[in-house]
Amino acid sequence: MKLAFVVQRYGLAVNGGAELHARYIAERLSRHATVEVLTTCATDYVTWRNELPAGVAHVNGITVRRFPVKHERDPLQFGRLSDRVFNATHSIADELEWLDAEGPTSPGLISHLEKHAADYDFCIFFSYRYWHAYHGIRAVKARAVLVPTAERDSTIGLSLFAPIFRGVRALMYNSPEERTMIQALAENQQVPSVVVGVGSDVPSNPVPARFRQKHNIRGPYAVYVGRIDENKGCKELFQFFGTYLKEGGGRLTLVLMGNSLLDIPSHPRIRHLGFVDDADKFDAIAGSELLIMPSYFESLSMVALEAWALARPVLANAKCDVLKGQCIRSNAGLYYESEGEFVEALRALEHNRWIAGALGRNGRQFYRDHYDWPVVERKYLDMLDRIAKETPANGLEPLPGWMERRKNACPPAADVVAALPEGPSVHGGDTYQSRPTAPVSPPLPRRQTDEPRSPQGRPRRFQGPRRGGPPRHGGRR
Amino acid sequence: MPDFNVRADSVNVEQIMEQIRGRIREKRGVDYTEQQIQDMAAVKLEKFLDPRGVRSDLLAQFRRSRPPYAPPELPNFAFEEQTLFESHRGPLRLVRKLLNPLLKLFFNPNPLIQALNIQSRLNTMHAEREARNEAARHTFDSLHYEVLHNLVVETTRMGIEVKNLTMKVESLTSRLEFNERRARALESVVVYKPTEEPSTPPVPDARPPREVRDRGDRRDGRDQREFRGPRENREPRENREPREPREQREPREHREPRDNRESKESREPREPRESREPREPREPREVRENVDARLPETTPPPAAEGSAPATATPGVTSEGPGQRSRRRRRRRGRRGGGSAATIMGEQSSAAGPQDAATSAMNGDVEDAGAGDDGDGPDGSDSSDPGRSDEEQ
Repeated sequence: MKLAFVVQRYGLAVNGGAELHARYIAERLSRHATVEVLTTCATDYVTWRNELPAGVAHVNGITVRRFPVKHERDPLQFGRLSDRVFNATHSIADELEWLDAEGPTSPGLISHLEKHAADYDFCIFFSYRYWHAYHGIRAVKARAVLVPTAERDSTIGLSLFAPIFRGVRALMYNSPEERTMIQALAENQQVPSVVVGVGSDVPSNPVPARFRQKHNIRGPYAVYVGRIDENKGCKELFQFFGTYLKEGGGRLTLVLMGNSLLDIPSHPRIRHLGFVDDADKFDAIAGSELLIMPSYFESLSMVALEAWALARPVLANAKCDVLKGQCIRSNAGLYYESEGEFVEALRALEHNRWIAGALGRNGRQFYRDHYDWPVVERKYLDMLDRIAKETPANGLEPLPGWMERRKNACPPAADVVAALPEGPSVHGGDTYQSRPTAPVSPPLPRRQTDEPRSPQGRPRRFQGPRRGGPPRHGGRR
Repeated sequence: MPDFNVRADSVNVEQIMEQIRGRIREKRGVDYTEQQIQDMAAVKLEKFLDPRGVRSDLLAQFRRSRPPYAPPELPNFAFEEQTLFESHRGPLRLVRKLLNPLLKLFFNPNPLIQALNIQSRLNTMHAEREARNEAARHTFDSLHYEVLHNLVVETTRMGIEVKNLTMKVESLTSRLEFNERRARALESVVVYKPTEEPSTPPVPDARPPREVRDRGDRRDGRDQREFRGPRENREPRENREPREPREQREPREHREPRDNRESKESREPREPRESREPREPREPREVRENVDARLPETTPPPAAEGSAPATATPGVTSEGPGQRSRRRRRRRGRRGGGSAATIMGEQSSAAGPQDAATSAMNGDVEDAGAGDDGDGPDGSDSSDPGRSDEEQ
């Protein structure tokens, strides 16, 4: 099987969520198939400036073809078009113009896909929102598999994307909330899909003492990992943590790791360490009392999964349905909607160590059940096997004609998103299962469809690959 | 922080969150932060009493939701003199006009025409008045809505302000109580220093001056009260030695009233120590020397020197009633710093031993010291005047 991974940026230095997600999956699936990555020469997701040479390169043993971006993003034009398509009635032509302004516009990449689509069994596209994914999917048609990495923002409400969600061969969702949202938007229940997510290379023996010594961290601390940005909820986090400090009664220090785009409050118990390497990150998480995830929009929080893999509880922003849903389904994290809830939840985790311990244990089990690499790999391989055997049900709907495209008939994207169902998916459907409160054996991953059931009505234990391949993982740990 | 009630190997996050929310409701009522309450309280009420400030777009929305009043088209008729004989057909109208005198031979149609004409005009006037009334009512509805809305807004703001003021009053009350306690505690360390020499010479007292008595042979338990710093700096109650059982103390009725006792002491010289009941042995000399080493140097009066050997009666080894209690107080004195008189010893010694003795005898100052914070360090009741006597 030959697979093409089509992603907007790719490289060891590229640390964006979807890009890292694509690299991890490509490297993992390269053990089972021939993998080639098709990407652009850009490394900056704001400007899409060509910074890497075009042509073929190798990254961690994966062949990477880079294509130049035709033009950089004009922020003024992009902002003007965004305002139009998100907040006003507009046309399909407006949306196409918006997509072109967003980028990365790489006609060479699309041309390559058109010419060489037959060379690949499937092309796996990452991030539905970008120019390369929209036109690339239209270029390869029935070979397209999409990993949407969709968040609940206005972009998902654009009329352009519903035919894409209906026309791809398969969808690999990151969370049940994402699936619910896209299915409500595009009514694409017939398209094969599975909630997969991504694993992480979490070290088995992190050394928290090393981190403490290196950065002179003393006492208990809560950790935040990621870009320190208002869009990530960090401003609210500082405000809430300030209240926690002001009200007293707690000993936690807030340790921040990541590049900062915000002014960080000057307080002896708020420490900013800047960008740290993976070893420090895992050491820090392992030594922390909890991980705080204040982001409003996430399709999948990898750092939350890493915290759970290290048996640390998570305190997440409940305004993000995905994070709240993950906390509820895993029983491994608390969530907050207000300052009071933040402070009380923080205190609950700090002062009731048994809660933190139980949540951490649940998190580790949740990670092993759903996001461990063998599970993720198997879901991808099963899906690819399945769609390889099936004939495509629906073709991709063609773009409307010249006149139709210019009709002002598309509603504002923000209104479309506002009408979508909200809230966490407590019962994860065919893939996830709410963890019962009574102490029982941990739930096992369930197959997506047509899973044979035992006579007692319970799902059969997952038995690993059907045809040799990787070792079994269902009861491995 | 109280523990959670969820006790299971497998926790339920939603249950924990419910408990957290319940706790927030208990603690805060409405989930306002202190900052939010302060912000709300800081807003000037006058700003909202200004009608231009009070009006919001709610009224505009109300008006938008209700279209402007248009009076209904009520059915009416016009009745003039020729109405009865009009027709759209010309010949017919002409015939009627010709035959009109003939008709008037049979009956007089004029009153009928007049009545119907008046009725028509009445109908028109009534309709106009109804329309005016309806328009006025609609205007009043808007006004009532606006007034009601303003009242709701004001009531809400007043409620928030009352809550905030209540919190402020509570805070001030607690601060006032703290300051009162602090003042009482500070008063206890102040030694009364008379500004001028007494006109009559002081009554000779067989007792040693206060500094000497503080070293261990105090006669009045109130002297042993010392300023020991804020309550939070003291030793926790559970770490202290237990009090003597109440039954070991002398019954209250056997104790001499405090006023009588003091007046007796001040009126007549005390009887020789040998005639009193034997005193308990003092603690070893090296311990006393340690205590003495911490005290400021004072020159004891001769009377005190004379009484010192009597207190250190050699050969008495058994513990009498109250001895343990006295030892405990000495230990506390060593732990908690010097007594009030010791702390202020420099002033007393500068004023002279007689002043110190005089001030030690002054009941007012001692009473202030006995007041302290109303609760002794070991829970003793400061209003128990006989306790120190029985401990001697």
